[in-house]
This record gives sequence, structure tokens and C-alpha cells, in this order.
Amino acid sequence: MIINSRFFNRSELIGFIALAALLFVILPLSLDVFRLNLVAKYLTYAFVAIGLVLCWGYGGILSLGQGVFFGLGGYCMAMFLKLEASSVENTKIQSTPGIPDFMDWNQITALPFFWQPFHSLTLTILLIILVPGLFALIIGTAMFKRRVGGTYFAIITQAVAAILTILIVGQQGYTGGINGMTDLRTLKGWDIRPDHAKVILYFFEVFLLFGCILLAQFIRLTKLGRILVAMREQEDRVRFSGYSVANFKIFAFCMAAVFAAIGGAMFALNVGFMSPSFVGIVPSIEMVIYTAVGGRMSIFGAVWGAMLVNFAKTSLSESFPQLWLFGLGALFIAVVLAFPNGLSGLWADYVQPRIDRLLASRKSKMSNGADSSVAAGAPAE
Amino acid sequence: MFGDYSIGDLGSIFVMQGFAGLILFSVYVLMALGLAIIFGQMGVINMAHGEFMILGAYVTWLTSNAFQEYLPSLFPGYFFLAMVLAFLASGALGMLVEWGLIRHLYKRPLDTLLATWGLSLILQQAYRSIFGAREVGVELPQWMLGSLKVTDTIEVPINGVFVMCLTVLITVVVAYVLYLSRWGRQVRAVVQNRIMAGAVGINTEKVDRYTFGLGCGIAGVAGSAFTMIGSTGPTSGQLYIVDTFLVVVFGGAASLLGTIASAFSISQTQSTLEFFMSGSMAKVLTLLAVVGILMLRPQGLFALKVRK
Repeated sequence: MIINSRFFNRSELIGFIALAALLFVILPLSLDVFRLNLVAKYLTYAFVAIGLVLCWGYGGILSLGQGVFFGLGGYCMAMFLKLEASSVENTKIQSTPGIPDFMDWNQITALPFFWQPFHSLTLTILLIILVPGLFALIIGTAMFKRRVGGTYFAIITQAVAAILTILIVGQQGYTGGINGMTDLRTLKGWDIRPDHAKVILYFFEVFLLFGCILLAQFIRLTKLGRILVAMREQEDRVRFSGYSVANFKIFAFCMAAVFAAIGGAMFALNVGFMSPSFVGIVPSIEMVIYTAVGGRMSIFGAVWGAMLVNFAKTSLSESFPQLWLFGLGALFIAVVLAFPNGLSGLWADYVQPRIDRLLASRKSKMSNGADSSVAAGAPAE
Repeated sequence: MFGDYSIGDLGSIFVMQGFAGLILFSVYVLMALGLAIIFGQMGVINMAHGEFMILGAYVTWLTSNAFQEYLPSLFPGYFFLAMVLAFLASGALGMLVEWGLIRHLYKRPLDTLLATWGLSLILQQAYRSIFGAREVGVELPQWMLGSLKVTDTIEVPINGVFVMCLTVLITVVVAYVLYLSRWGRQVRAVVQNRIMAGAVGINTEKVDRYTFGLGCGIAGVAGSAFTMIGSTGPTSGQLYIVDTFLVVVFGGAASLLGTIASAFSISQTQSTLEFFMSGSMAKVLTLLAVVGILMLRPQGLFALKVRK
């Protein structure tokens, strides 16, 4: 096997440019602010999906608890925004001014200690990364060091998602309960609600997304990415070769958690609220389907999958609410039975060869029958 | 936290909460039995298990309505027919699903999980379209209402006692089928070594299909029993699925005894805690304890020693 030393091979470069053109130019020019904000919401799930590509597609670890990390990141961001929105001037009518409204409704008179760090934006940004990262580290260490994996891991992550949801809903006074944190207004005095702010936030999010794409691509190309694949295929052989399988798995899981948390934080900023309905079991499994539809081995596929599934969800559940669950269920089954490599697999199998053939024939015409095999690059993974 | 109660009161509280825990235990055991067969014996994660249970509940509801309409004189005994019908309906659907979906995925357990989740979404929406989004409750026959007075402070509801007896009966039947019948020996042979089982002449595909069907059928009976103590909605199954998986995993997959022991300890912990704190915190603490123990002892309470 020839190892390609370039950062992107040709088809990946095309995918990268196409995605960049779509997100930076085409969508902002063609959509109104409301629709653009919807795209921003879909893209927050793309962060989660990219994390799952690393963790599930490459590492073979299926986590059904990505909603936990999405939620932790989102709640960290929302707590900062909520504190800023509940300044003493804004909350004069409460019996205790200066604390979030839901605390006041639940007879809490002082800000709890774990809310204190969220007065500072720097600390908040650090915590958005650290809290989910450390949480994933604890779960991952406990599970992978004992060689728990596969379906057991999936069930336990799912249980964690269930626990966190029950906890958030139950502790209404500290978390806002089932309604979540609503009425988020400003970020360091800058109003996040008007249209121009939404556009700026959209571009900020797309920049972050491309940062994550490049980071994921970098991880994929290094030795680490290759070990992850090797581990997925033959875990024992990797272990016998002297690698610590558990540590690599923990790393992949933590990366996925951090990506999900960034997505969650962007969700709180773009959508303007955060609630436990994005944390539990159902959203966590839906996040897996984004990756599965896009192609579990493809980073760009994950972004497309997150956008397309969410777009289908919005448009179908607007017009035919009954059809959406049938469609989603059928999508789960189809993706598993019929096209396990998702859209990117279909692209690599059907579309890419045609493009290659087209290019090859044109090239051979130009160079008059010179070596045509050069153009037949490796299909996208 | 115990200061406000006298010793006698505390005793009664523990007995009553213990009894509430026993009802929860019965539901867990009934649901987990089917899952233990499917997950423990076949290694298949069936996320649609809750929906098979709800199918049984809806069948029971339909039967009770039919009896009320056409055979009011036989109404007190409708439940026994409903249970059989629930078993057959869920079992038949289970075998169909095994044939159409699961058998293509035996080598990819994580994909089975996603596919059966898709199936569960489809079933949920189907229930919602057919039976409506509102929860339905069956009317209990006269003899199941009321409660037995054991002492002055302790009362136990009759339908709870009935569900518990049913659980014991079904557990005994399942244990007999799995451990003493010829078919059960075939199932266990396939679990331990599929290739060798096939080589000695067991039709492993057929065994798989019937095992899956049996597991789903028991889920249907569980749903049928569930109507005795609660109402049924399209998404009721999803509420229990994670708990049930934890019960099976905690007990140690492939161990019937382990499943029962873990269902007992989880349900007792939860219902005892529920008296002293809010229901949600009791659930959180119980689940946390289970997850914590599973992290320390991933093989569960009763591990089957098999050479891999």
C-alpha cells in the first residue's frame, strides 16, 4: 500500500473545496437569516458527527452518549449567558436579584458554588472543553482499562445519558429543569439575538467547524489514526505489538467528547437556549445516525449527513409530522442493511469512478494516449 | 432521616415499599427475561424490545374491549386469553423481524442496535397512528381490584399479587424450557459453539428464529401484565428499555439467575430510596450505583465461564 504523504488526496481536496464553497459562499448568499440560523443549528450537530467518525468509524467505539457531551458543552455556555442575562438590573423584580430566574422560582437565594466560575468568559471556554473532556476521560478509563467495549460500552454510555437527563430535569432549581435555560441575551454585552449577530455567529461557527475538520483529518493521517483502524480490525494484534489499546481508545473517546461539547456550546449561542431534550437517549442515538448517513469513515460525509438529516427532519416534520418517524426509522434500517458506508460510500462507489473515467478520457485525449492510469486516483475513504 | 418515625412505622414502611419494589421487580423480570434470552443467548441488542412489550399491552387492551363488547359474561377471565394472544402476536412479529432484519446482522452487533432502534421508531409511530397518541388503560375485572389487609398498617393490592404470581410462573416455564427441554439444550449448544452445533445436526438458523421469537413473545406477556398496573402509550416501551438493559447486563448476560438477582436488587434499592427522596433522585442514585458497579465488575453479578 502506498501511503499518501499529502494532507488531502485529490478527491478529499475536491470535497473540502466544495464544502467550503457551500458553507462560506453559497448558503450565506442564498438563504435569509432565519434559514441561515437553521443551518447553523444543523452544523452544531456536524461537530458531534465528526467526533463520532473518529471514535466510531475509525476506533470502532460506538458511543450512544454523545448527547451527554453535547449537553455539557451547551450547558456550560448557557450558564455563562444566563448569568450575564440575569444581572442585578435585569432581575430587579425577583426576591433575590442577580440570580437566574428559575433559581428564584425555586426558592434558592444564593448562587450555588458550581455556578461561580461561569462569571468569567475565559473560564467558561476552558470549562466547555475541560468538563466533557474529563468526564469522558473518567468513563473511558473505567471502561477501556477493563477491556469493556462494543455493545456493553454502548449500553453504559446510554445509561449515562439517561442519568444526566433525569438529574437535569430533577434538579430544577440548579439547572432550569425540563424547560432548560431560556432567554439568553448577550455575550460580553454584545446582543446575540438580532440578525447581524446571527450572521456573525454563523461564520464563527463555520470557521470552528473547519478547524475541527482539519484537526480530525490531521489525526486521521498520523500514526494514531492508523492504530485506531488497526485496533478496530484486530484489537489483540495491536495489543500484542506493544501498543496500549486502552489509551488510544480513551483518546479517541475524549476527542469525540470535546468535539461534541464545542457543538453544544455553539448550539447554545446560535439557538439561544439549551434544554435536557438535547441530552438524553433519543438525541444521542440520532447523532449517531448523522454519522451513519454521511458515512462512518468520512469526515466530510459526517458534515453532509448532519445537514441533510436535519434538513429532512425540519421539512418533513413541518409538513408531514407522522411521516418523519417512519422515515427516520427506515433510514436507520436502510443505512445499516443497504449502504453501511453511507453517502460517502455511495459517492466512492458510483459517482467518483465516473468522474475519474471522464477526467481520464479527457486527459488521454489531450496527451494523445499517454499514461491514463495516473488520473485514476484512490477513491475517497 | 429516620428520626420522625417509630420502629413499628419504619417496619411497615419498609414492608410496603418492599412490596412496591416487588411489583417493580416483577415488571423488570418479565421484561428482562425476554431480553436475557435475546441478548444473553444470541448476543443481539434489541432496542425495539420495549415496543414488543407495548404490542402485548395493546393486544390485551383490544381483547378486553372485545370481551366487554361481545362476551361480557366471560369478562372476568379475559386476561388469560389476552396473555396467550399477546405472546403469539409479539412472538410472530419477532420471528418476522428476525427473518427480515436480524439474521443479516449477526456479525455486526453495533449495527443491529441501530437497525432495531429504527424499527422501534417505526413501531412507535405505527402505534400512534393506529391507537392514537393518548395512553389507554384496560378495565380490570372485579376480582382484581381492592387489596388484601395483612395487618393494621400493611395492605397489599391484589393486582400486584397477581402480577407477581404470573412472574414466578413465567420464570419457571422459561427456566424449564431453556434448561430441561430438548429445544433449550439446542439453544444453549448454539450459544456455546455455533459451528459445532451446526455440525452435529442442529438447524442453527431455525433455533435463532425461535429463540428470538420466544424472547419477543415473553416481552408481549410482560406488556400484558404491565396493563394490570399502569396505562399504555406509544412511547411507554422506551421508558423501560435502558433500565431493562442495565438489569440484564448487571446480572451478567446469559445467566437467568443473575437477571433475577439483579432485577431484585435494582428494584428494591429504587423503591426503598424513593420513600426518602424524590423519585428522580432515587432513580439517579440507583442507576449510578449500577453503572459504578459495572465499571468495577464488567462481567456482571453472575458471570458464565466460557472459553473464548
